[in-house]
Amino acid sequence: MDGRGKERAEIASALPRFLLGWLAVGFAGLVLLPWYGLDEGVSPPALLAGRPWLLPLIPPLLLALSCSFGRTKPRVLVAAGVAGLVWLAAQAFLIIHRGWAFVWITTLLGPGPSQPALGWGAIAYAVACLMLLAYGLARLGVCKGDVFVVGALLLVVGLIALFVFYPVLCILASAVRDNDGSFAPTLFFEKLLSRSVWGLDCVFGGRSCGVAWNTVAEAALVGVLTTFLGLAFALVALRTRMPMKPLLRALSVLPIITPPFVIGLALILLFGRAGMVTVWVANLFDLPRSRWIYGMPGITIAQVLAFTPISLLVLLGVLQGVAPSLEEASQTLRASRWYTFRTVTWPLIRPGLANSFLIGFIESMADFANPLVIGGNFNVLSTDIFFAVVGASHDQGRAAVLAIVLLSFTLAAFVAQRFWLGHRSYATVAGKGHIGIPAQLPGFVRATCYAVIVPCLILIVAVYCTILVGGFVVSIGRDNTPTLQYFWTAFSIEKGVGGWFLSGSAWNSFLVTIEVALVAMPFTAALGLLTAWLLDRQQFAFRRSFEFLAMMSFAIPGTIIGVAYVLAFNVPPVSLTGTGTIIAIAFAFRNMPVGIRAGLANLSQIDRSLDEASLTLGSNSFGTLRRVILPMLRPAVITAMVYSFVRAMTAVSAVIFLVTGRYNLATTYIVGRADVGDYGVAIVYSAVLVVFMMLVLLLIQLAVGERRIGRRVEVPRIESPGTALVQT
Amino acid sequence: MANTTRNSVATLFGISALACLAAGRAQAQRQLVMYCGVDEKWCRAIATTYQKETGVQVDMTRMSAGEVYARVRAEKDNPHGDVWFGGTGDPHLQAAEEKITEAYQSPMLPKLRDWAQRQAERAHNRTVGLYLGALGFGYNTEEVKRRRLAQPACWADLIKPEFKDEVQMADPNSSGTAWTMLATMVQLMGEDKGFEYLKALHKNINEYTKAGAAPALAAGQGETIVGIAFQHDVIDVAEHNKPVAVVSPCEGTGYEIGSLSLIAGAKHMDEAKKFYDWALTQEAQKIAATTGSFQIPSNPLTPVPPEAPDLSKIKLIEYDFAKYGSSETRKRLLGKWTDEVKNAPK
Repeated sequence: MDGRGKERAEIASALPRFLLGWLAVGFAGLVLLPWYGLDEGVSPPALLAGRPWLLPLIPPLLLALSCSFGRTKPRVLVAAGVAGLVWLAAQAFLIIHRGWAFVWITTLLGPGPSQPALGWGAIAYAVACLMLLAYGLARLGVCKGDVFVVGALLLVVGLIALFVFYPVLCILASAVRDNDGSFAPTLFFEKLLSRSVWGLDCVFGGRSCGVAWNTVAEAALVGVLTTFLGLAFALVALRTRMPMKPLLRALSVLPIITPPFVIGLALILLFGRAGMVTVWVANLFDLPRSRWIYGMPGITIAQVLAFTPISLLVLLGVLQGVAPSLEEASQTLRASRWYTFRTVTWPLIRPGLANSFLIGFIESMADFANPLVIGGNFNVLSTDIFFAVVGASHDQGRAAVLAIVLLSFTLAAFVAQRFWLGHRSYATVAGKGHIGIPAQLPGFVRATCYAVIVPCLILIVAVYCTILVGGFVVSIGRDNTPTLQYFWTAFSIEKGVGGWFLSGSAWNSFLVTIEVALVAMPFTAALGLLTAWLLDRQQFAFRRSFEFLAMMSFAIPGTIIGVAYVLAFNVPPVSLTGTGTIIAIAFAFRNMPVGIRAGLANLSQIDRSLDEASLTLGSNSFGTLRRVILPMLRPAVITAMVYSFVRAMTAVSAVIFLVTGRYNLATTYIVGRADVGDYGVAIVYSAVLVVFMMLVLLLIQLAVGERRIGRRVEVPRIESPGTALVQT
Repeated sequence: MANTTRNSVATLFGISALACLAAGRAQAQRQLVMYCGVDEKWCRAIATTYQKETGVQVDMTRMSAGEVYARVRAEKDNPHGDVWFGGTGDPHLQAAEEKITEAYQSPMLPKLRDWAQRQAERAHNRTVGLYLGALGFGYNTEEVKRRRLAQPACWADLIKPEFKDEVQMADPNSSGTAWTMLATMVQLMGEDKGFEYLKALHKNINEYTKAGAAPALAAGQGETIVGIAFQHDVIDVAEHNKPVAVVSPCEGTGYEIGSLSLIAGAKHMDEAKKFYDWALTQEAQKIAATTGSFQIPSNPLTPVPPEAPDLSKIKLIEYDFAKYGSSETRKRLLGKWTDEVKNAPK
């Protein structure tokens, strides 16, 4: 009895400390920290800013303070937290830098007061309110009364709301406005239903089709081809005796370290009008040199090469899930190899094929750089969005409308993949052991596979050779004299009065890219792993929808993120454009699903009894996470960090609107060079990036041993960006 | 094993913490944010020279003229840029019309060439002429010789059937260069005839590129025979030992006035004004030629390099910048072009 009482007293004294701590943070946000401006740091705290509408921010904190002495009243805390957050958001969105945010208030009340963007004080206040709310909810019994879990959950949801949903909502809002910012719903429908989007003139009139159809057709084609090729590779790898392991290993790493447009670039150098292969064939057969590569053929080849490895990873997993015993049974019953393949193997892998198709479909839709580099006159939505913003017509409304069309396509595919395929399990791996040797492929299936993958491999080798060599000759194909000219333009080091300095044109963007990717790295990993832990270890209402929301940012094409961030974060209340911070944030939220996947895969291998032991011994959930789970999650931490780093270095579409002179990134610099036809520097820079990332991966692998990174490649069912979308 | 893992986690965190510090380091230095619309090499030379001479840290972003305009417009409530250097004059004029650039009369203004001063007048001093570049086209000399084609010399030559699928120009929806070309045709031939010409040309076009200078490069590399671009872009390609010849069309041609504007509400307005004055001096303007940009500079004291196109041999039309720089005309003609020319069957 005495012991119980003591324990309860301990809990009672420990919990208000949590509360008091966060209240202190909240008051500090109001009284000490600069309320406005993240980078200036000169603005006075809220209470000294002389802005009366900030005063109502005090009562919620006082209310919470009053009830943290004696018996805490959870409902009051919840009310206080909500009130603080609501007022914070309301005043920030109503009063912006140019007065009232909405024209109708101005006409109603006359010109209002103004305030700049929120700063550190506001952030501290918001987090404090969130934690008050979490404490109140926990005391009301939400999540088994665990404050840490509720707090973490609210924080993650709040961040996703601010950095994923709010920007997307801004796009939707700007779609119904005209260029001057006034409300124009008719214009919206006019743009949405315009012939340039949905026209079917290529079927009937011999003109070009609407951009929406172009995109869907292209994406469907790429989806089919990548699935087909991926299946061919997977079958050869698992069902023939061809030594494929090292090859597969290389193949699965390539798409991760290759910036997306590089393949398009190499294809131009190979098959363009003046490309090496074109010239060679033209001289050999005296054919006129054609420009067939520009447009749909070029985009298709580039995307198929880029996304087939992802499809391969998916299908390897699926094919391994087919129990050989079934096939053996079929053959024992005297079915021929072909009959077994057709009636046993094929139906079992069909859902996997659909899955792979949808991933290829989404990836192709979201791809921005290849259509930009090699698209010619073939327009797709992602590039059209870009040119609606930067082109001479400057129609942001049109960009928003196109973004909505694109977003609805990718989200539809994503939803289909999750709900339609998600519940359909054809796995034949059960608890019972399935000893058996996978059936050999029927002869002509094997022949087809070889016939498909050999040209594909030759093409891949040619593409990467072009990238690695192309930057070091004067003009590849035309004049193959070796030169370091482009390399020096990009990466020269000169000696000046103040010692050595980096004078090459690429240094700035190269170093900044590394810097931003490094800054984003721990946040991506932390956010992803925390979310994974919540999903795997905690029970709460709306868990499935929470998971869906967390993974959804994967299905939002980068171009849309870019436009959305510019719309949402250029002006107060949250002003971040022009900073490196916004680029790091964009990376963190785009790559978060990778962290989640790495975390989930690892957590499922850690038995829950360890958590329970820790909890039974009196530790709370935070202590358990910190002392028990996290040490065992180290491999996942490293995986998540490395992936987030590498993916940040190769991203282009999400950041092309966010870069500035100070924060220019390697990928946007290369695209800019390729866009004006300066292929030498673009190729040399791409080669440096590819080699650099390969070195990073190798170094990490050496540092942590074979444990994670090696295993991922050898047993292809473990995480990769591709499977991140697939499983669950 | 666990130890190495722990160490590497610690190292990764340490590295990123360092990167955070580096990212957040204070910038007490005088600075200037420049959006630059000319060739990258020129932009960089301008930035580093100014930085060397004045100690002001120049933060340069190179974008196409359209991208700069889009960015300045998007940021108009909270500008991040200070000065907008170069790029076709039309977006500068449009920005002036929308008052998102700042009116400023530089002491250098009266010393400039006529056309540069007229550009300032049109914009009520919200912009000023920096250089003049005449439109033209380049053709690949090797290909022309190999196919035994007559050397093209006029706009009219480009619609001949032997150039089928061999002409490249930029898309005026995305490129200021191509917009100048569209406006030139309309002014040279009248709107109806001009569009007829463009429709005939459409049959010979192999690609509407996004960037204005791309057709010149493509002609140099043999990706196309003819590339329509500014003459200085073609010369730049030829200077890099590419087999391309520049043509100033016999019917006459339009031109751009590359301009310089201050962004309204700039955070470093004083620095920006100093830079503005400096950019109009002959010392600043002679940098262009050293980096392979051969436009005609607006300061008459700047030595004109021998490679630059000879203005006396170019027939310039009376380009109506006020009319063809206004957003209404632009929107109408671009819509008409996209509808009747670009989407037309070949």
